[in-house]
Amino acid sequence: MANPIKIIKNGIIDENPTFVQVIGMCPTLAVTSSAINGIGMGLSTAAVLVFSNIFISLIRKIVADEVRIPCFIVVIATFVTIIQFLLQAYLPSLNASLGLYIPLIVVNCIILGRAEAFASKNTVIDSAFDGIGMGLGFTCSLTVIGLVREFIGSGTLFNFAVLPEAFPKTLLFVMAPGAFFTLGCLMALLNHFKNKKKSA
Amino acid sequence: MNLVLLVLAGIFVNNYVLSQFLGICPFLGVSKKVETSAGMGVAVIFVITIACAATWLVYNLILVPLNIEYLYNIAFILVIAALVQFVEMFIKKSSPSLYQALGVYLPLITTNCAVLGVAVVNMQKEYNFIEAVLNGVGGSVGFALAILLFAGIRERIEHNNIPKAFEGFPIALVSAGIMSIAFLGFQGLIKI
Repeated sequence: MANPIKIIKNGIIDENPTFVQVIGMCPTLAVTSSAINGIGMGLSTAAVLVFSNIFISLIRKIVADEVRIPCFIVVIATFVTIIQFLLQAYLPSLNASLGLYIPLIVVNCIILGRAEAFASKNTVIDSAFDGIGMGLGFTCSLTVIGLVREFIGSGTLFNFAVLPEAFPKTLLFVMAPGAFFTLGCLMALLNHFKNKKKSA
Repeated sequence: MNLVLLVLAGIFVNNYVLSQFLGICPFLGVSKKVETSAGMGVAVIFVITIACAATWLVYNLILVPLNIEYLYNIAFILVIAALVQFVEMFIKKSSPSLYQALGVYLPLITTNCAVLGVAVVNMQKEYNFIEAVLNGVGGSVGFALAILLFAGIRERIEHNNIPKAFEGFPIALVSAGIMSIAFLGFQGLIKI
């Protein structure tokens, strides 16, 4: 059995789903207009990821190879439906602001990708930790992107006003183009540090 | 008249890729060459249009009468997965040349969130059958348009001198952002 801390660190840093693997881009760009939305989306996805990883790992020996993808999708869709109900009941405002993107967690490539690449080959406990690591990695990236966009676009951090009222706000960053710019620039920044590390 | 507006709105104003972020994965993944992105665009138009019709029928003829609307997510994804499989087999039999051209892109469409996204939008807005299908046509043509334009831009960028840190995905994302600003120009053109 692999070291759980290593698996978690792998998900957050070495194989960060957003910045390293560049998957699950749709929610990453769509819901990060504020940091709170980013955290909400990240944690919902992480919850689905952990439970689907555990369940798929449990059934990995029963399911025939030819039909595994449809089976995985049904498992994932079931957990997404459960999460959607929980959000509707307990966090209706978050549910309203994430809207369409909650049902779309089903087609988030991260979840199916981890099911296929990790949970269908590893033990239940390892898969659970992999889900936690990947989920936290995704949550961190979404929160960072959300923070940057919220700060530039509306001058707040976690809904607290940071910039003075008179400071000009770049509304573009809360809108669609800002998402592309923010992610592009953050990735370039990471590349820059990586290149520096390599050459040093 | 309204139906024409619905299609135009899907293509330009509510472009699913550039203003609603659906289908970003194939948009970034298979847009390196104009030819392949054209193949992807055609495949997506085909699947979304049929999927809109199929999911509308499943929702209104099966889920609503049985009072199990809450299972829509599971039902839709199964319909779409089955449909993609079916379309693949059908094209393979009827038109091997088209099958060759679309190749690997067909199975990938199952996880294109634009397909599920349009189906869910149709359900939430309570479109009737014709509106639902036309919304699918508009949305998918919008996707094809966006990915074709984007592939054209990326082919040009390839030969330019880009700062090292921006090579690959970052520069692609920044160009997509500029395209998205251009499409913002259509906003307010049609109110739906």
